[in-house]
Amino acid sequence: MKFGVVIFPGSNCDHDTYHVISKVIGQPVDFIWHKETDVDRFDAIILPGGFSYGDYLRSGAIARFSPVMKSVVEFANDGGFVLGICNGFQILCESGLLPGALLRNRDLKFICEHVNVRVEQTNTIFTAAYQPGQVLSLPIAHGEGNYFCDEATLAELETEGRVMFRYSAADGQITDEANPNGSLRNIAGICNRQRNVLGLMPHPERAAESMLGCKDGRAMFLSMADALVQLLKARA
Amino acid sequence: MQITSEILAQHNITPDEYERIKQLMGREPNFTELGIFSVMWSEHCSYKSSKVHLRRLPVTGDCLVQGPGENAGIVDIGDGWCAAFKIESHNHPSFIEPYQGAATGIGGILRDIFTMGARPVAAMDSLRFGPIRDEESDESKEQTSAKSIARNRRIMAGVVKGLGDYGNAFGVPTVGGEVYFDPCYSLNPLVNAFALGLVRREQIFYGKAEGVSNSVIYAGAKTGRDGIHGATMASAEFDEAAMEKRPTVQVGDPFSEKLLLEACLEAMRSGAIVGIQDMGAAGLTSSSCEMGARAGNGVEINLDLVPQRETGMTAYEMMLSESQERMLIVAARGHERQVLEIFHRWDLDAVIIGKVIAEQRLRVTHKGEIVADIPNLALTDEAPKYNRPMKEFAVASEDVSPKIAAAISNLKSQISNLKSEADVTTELLRRLLASPNIASKQWVYRQYDHMVRTNTVVLPGSDAAVIRVKETRRSMAMSLDCNSRYVQLNPREGAKLAVAESARNVVCSGARPLAVTNCLNFASPERPEVMWSFSETIDGMAEACRVFSTPVTGGNVSFYNETEGRGIFPTPTIGMLGVIEDAKHITTQWFKAEGDLVLLLGATHNDLGASELLSVLTGEAAGAVPKLDLAEEKKVQEACLKAIQAGLVSSAHDCAEGGLAVALAESCFSSYGRTAIGAKIDLTEHARLSGLTDSTALLFAESPSRIVLSVKSENVDQVKEIAAETGAIVAVIGEVAGNNLAITLSGDTLANDSVADLERFWNGALPKSLERPLPTSEG
Repeated sequence: MKFGVVIFPGSNCDHDTYHVISKVIGQPVDFIWHKETDVDRFDAIILPGGFSYGDYLRSGAIARFSPVMKSVVEFANDGGFVLGICNGFQILCESGLLPGALLRNRDLKFICEHVNVRVEQTNTIFTAAYQPGQVLSLPIAHGEGNYFCDEATLAELETEGRVMFRYSAADGQITDEANPNGSLRNIAGICNRQRNVLGLMPHPERAAESMLGCKDGRAMFLSMADALVQLLKARA
Repeated sequence: MQITSEILAQHNITPDEYERIKQLMGREPNFTELGIFSVMWSEHCSYKSSKVHLRRLPVTGDCLVQGPGENAGIVDIGDGWCAAFKIESHNHPSFIEPYQGAATGIGGILRDIFTMGARPVAAMDSLRFGPIRDEESDESKEQTSAKSIARNRRIMAGVVKGLGDYGNAFGVPTVGGEVYFDPCYSLNPLVNAFALGLVRREQIFYGKAEGVSNSVIYAGAKTGRDGIHGATMASAEFDEAAMEKRPTVQVGDPFSEKLLLEACLEAMRSGAIVGIQDMGAAGLTSSSCEMGARAGNGVEINLDLVPQRETGMTAYEMMLSESQERMLIVAARGHERQVLEIFHRWDLDAVIIGKVIAEQRLRVTHKGEIVADIPNLALTDEAPKYNRPMKEFAVASEDVSPKIAAAISNLKSQISNLKSEADVTTELLRRLLASPNIASKQWVYRQYDHMVRTNTVVLPGSDAAVIRVKETRRSMAMSLDCNSRYVQLNPREGAKLAVAESARNVVCSGARPLAVTNCLNFASPERPEVMWSFSETIDGMAEACRVFSTPVTGGNVSFYNETEGRGIFPTPTIGMLGVIEDAKHITTQWFKAEGDLVLLLGATHNDLGASELLSVLTGEAAGAVPKLDLAEEKKVQEACLKAIQAGLVSSAHDCAEGGLAVALAESCFSSYGRTAIGAKIDLTEHARLSGLTDSTALLFAESPSRIVLSVKSENVDQVKEIAAETGAIVAVIGEVAGNNLAITLSGDTLANDSVADLERFWNGALPKSLERPLPTSEG
C-alpha cells in the first residue's frame, strides 16, 4: 500500500505529513509533485496544509488547476481515498470534491492554537478509530477557516451525516465560545457523499506524537492505514 | 552628471568621505558609482561607527564554525549538524510602513540563513513600541499623546501582521521573542527578526565568488524600483518628511521566498553551486562586491541581462534596488545549465548576468558601456571606520525605595478599600501583570504559526522556545532578551544583565548556553553620549559572554533610531542559543502538580531601581539598576542545569521584570494541558539567607540570578545537595497547592489571591488595548 502527499508550490506541511506517515505510523509514502498526472500507484492521497501559490486570489483557488488535481479528482471519483488538511481542505472545496467554501476568520486574524474538536461520525476510514462524540485536542493554524455553504447544502450535509468534526468545548458542548473562526454550525471538517474524501481545518499531523504535547491526531492516520490494509487483503 | 554638494548631502556622503572616494578611485566617481558608494558606505552596510568597538566582542569558541563576517553565524551542535542563526533589525522601514517593513525584515533574515545552506526551522522577534494604553496617555508629551497611542497601536498591529503573514506563508514557525513598550519607541519602533536553520557541516555554503571565469547567476524575483536607498534611509534619523520615504520600503512576497528556498537548497545539494549570497540591503551592489571581496576576486555584471519588472530602469536604479527574494549565485564551471534548470523548475527567473574576474573590482556594464568600475575593497574593507567621540555620563545610582514607599502610601490613600498589606500587594501584583511589558503576549503569538514543521516542543509562553532536531535526540533552546531600561540607566551593567538573562532563560529550559547573536539598536552615533553607551554596552556584553563561554557569532547594528532629536534607549537585543543533549531534559516554567515543592535558587536584594514596579507606580525609568554578580549568576545557572540533567526538576522559571511575585504567578498560570494551579509560599527562610527584610523588595525587586524551581518532594534533598556543591544559595519556599497564590513572611500574609483572577488581568491586558476602537483625535 502507498500513501501519497502532494506538494504544491507553497505547501508547507508536506514534510510534516510525510514524517507522520513514514516515521510515526511506519507506512510507505511518497511525495507527488504538482505537475505529475499519474497517481495510480497510490491508495490514499493527502493534500497537506500550507500556502499553495501564496494563497493568491483565494486560498486553494490556483492549486485546483494544477495538473495533479485533475488526476486526484478522477482518483476520488473512482473511490480512492483523499484527505485534505487545512489548505488541502480549501483546495478540495475549490475543486468541487467537497461542497462549500472556507472564508476569512470571523475575527479577521490568523489564529494558531489548540482547540477542542468533537468527532461527529465514525463511519469513514478516517474516523473509524475514534468514538462518536469523542472530544479531541487538535491544533489549528489558519486565517481562512470559516466554513460556509448555502442552506440547501447545509441541510444535505446534516441529514446525510457528513459533518465529521465540530469545534466544541472541552466537555463536547457546541458553543459560540468554542468556535475559533465563525464556521457555520462550528463545522471543522466534512466528507463527500461517497465518504472517501475528507477535508478538515485542524492539523492532525501536528498532534501525532506525545513529544509535541498531544497525539489525538495519530488515530486518524492509523485508522486510514488499517482500513487500507483490510481493503488490499480483500482485493488480493 | 555634475556631483554637487547637494547631491552628496542627498546621498548622506560627507565632504571628507567624498575626498576619500576620489582617492580610492583615482578619479571622480560618476553618478551611478556615487550611488553605489552611498549604500555600501552607509552605516547600515559598512558598520563604520561600530566596527572599532565590535572587535572587542569574543568571537572564538570550540563550537564555532563561522563567526561574524558572513551572512549568518554557524555553530556545531553535534552529530554532524550545525545551526546557522542571526538577528537583524528592520526598524526604520517598520515605522514608515509597518506591515511591509516587518514582513521584509523577516524575509531578509530568512534569506541570510538559507544562503548558508541551512533550512530555516525557527524564527523569533523582539519588538518595541510606544505606549498603547489609554491610561498612559499624557498630552504634555508628544510621545504619549492620544494621537501617539493610536499610532503605536496601528504600528504594532501592522508589524505583527506583517511578521505573521510572511513567516506563516513561508512555512517557518515563529516560536518566541519579546515585546516591550516605552515612550522612547513611539516614533522609533524596533523590529528585530531572528532566524535559525539547520545544515549538515559538509553542506555549508559561503558568500564567496570563487573561481575566476565562473558564471555569476541572478535568481529569484524580478528587479523593480522598490527599496531604492533603503540602506541609506536606515542610516539616518527621521524628520517630518519621513512619510515621503515610503518608496524606500521594500515589498515582500513570501511565496516567492518559499520557492527560492526550495530551489536554492536543491541547487546546493546538486553540487552545481560554488558560492551564493542573498541580495539584501543594497541588493545587487552589496552581494556582488562582498562576494568578490571575500574571495579575493572581482565580479563583472551586465545589467542588460537582469530580469526587470519595470521598464526604463537606469543602472543606478538597478544597482540600488532592494527588491526582495533575489539571490546571486556563482556556478561551478560547466554546471551553469544545471543551476538554471533547477530554478526554472520552481518557476523562478534565473539568468547568467556576469562572471567572476581576477581583478578585484566590481565592474558593471549597461547598454554596451561600463557604468561602474570600482575596486571591491574600496566598497568593503576600505570603507571608513570612525572612532567617534564619546562622552561618559553618570550612571544611575539612586536608591528608589523611598520613592516607591511614598507611591504605595499614596495609593493607599487614593484607593479606599486597600486596608491590609495583602490588599496592597494584590493591587500592585494586578497592575504589574496588566502592564504591557509583563502581560501575556498571546495576542501577538497567536497570529504566528508556531507549530509548522512539527518541531516545536515548547510553545511560546515559557522562558525559552525549544525546537527538536528530528534526526537526533538533541533539541535547541532559544531566547531573545533585553531590558533596555537597565541599559539606558547603566549601559555596561544593563548589557551584562541582558546577556545573563538570556543565558538564564535557556538554562531554565534545560539547555547549556552555546552562542550569541545580537542586534544593537541605538540612537545617533554622532552624539557622544550615545557613542559612549555603545562602547560600554560592547564591554558589558563581552565580559558576560566570556563568563558564560558564549561567543558572539554575528549580528547587526542599527544606529540613528531617533526622531527630531529624541532617541531610543540603548537596546542591545541578545539572542541566545542553547543545546539540550537529551530531549527528556526539556523543561518548562509551569508548576506541574499539587504536592510538588517550590524552591528558589539565588538571593534577593534591594534592587527596586529601574523596576517595572517603579514604572507602573510613577511612570519613571530611574534608579540604580539591579546588581549582577556574574560569578553568582553562573553558580545559579549551573545548579539549575545540573538538577535538570539529573532528572530532578519539574519546572524552572527565572525571575525578571516584576520580580519574584510575578515569576510565582506566571508559574501558577494555566498552560497547555493544565488549568491554573495555586502555591503556598513562605519567604521567611529565603529572606534570612538573602539578608533582606523589606517585603516590597522581596516581592518585586528585579535582582538577577534567581530561578524558581518546582520539584517532587522526594527530589528536594538531592537538589539542595547539587546547589551546595555548586555554591548556589537555595531555599525551599513552599509547595504547589490549592487555587490561590498565598505568600507569607515571618507569619504575615503578604498576598492571597485567586490565580484564575490574576490570570484574567494578565491575559486581558493586550486585547484590552488593541481590540478596541481607536480614540478619535481632537485636533
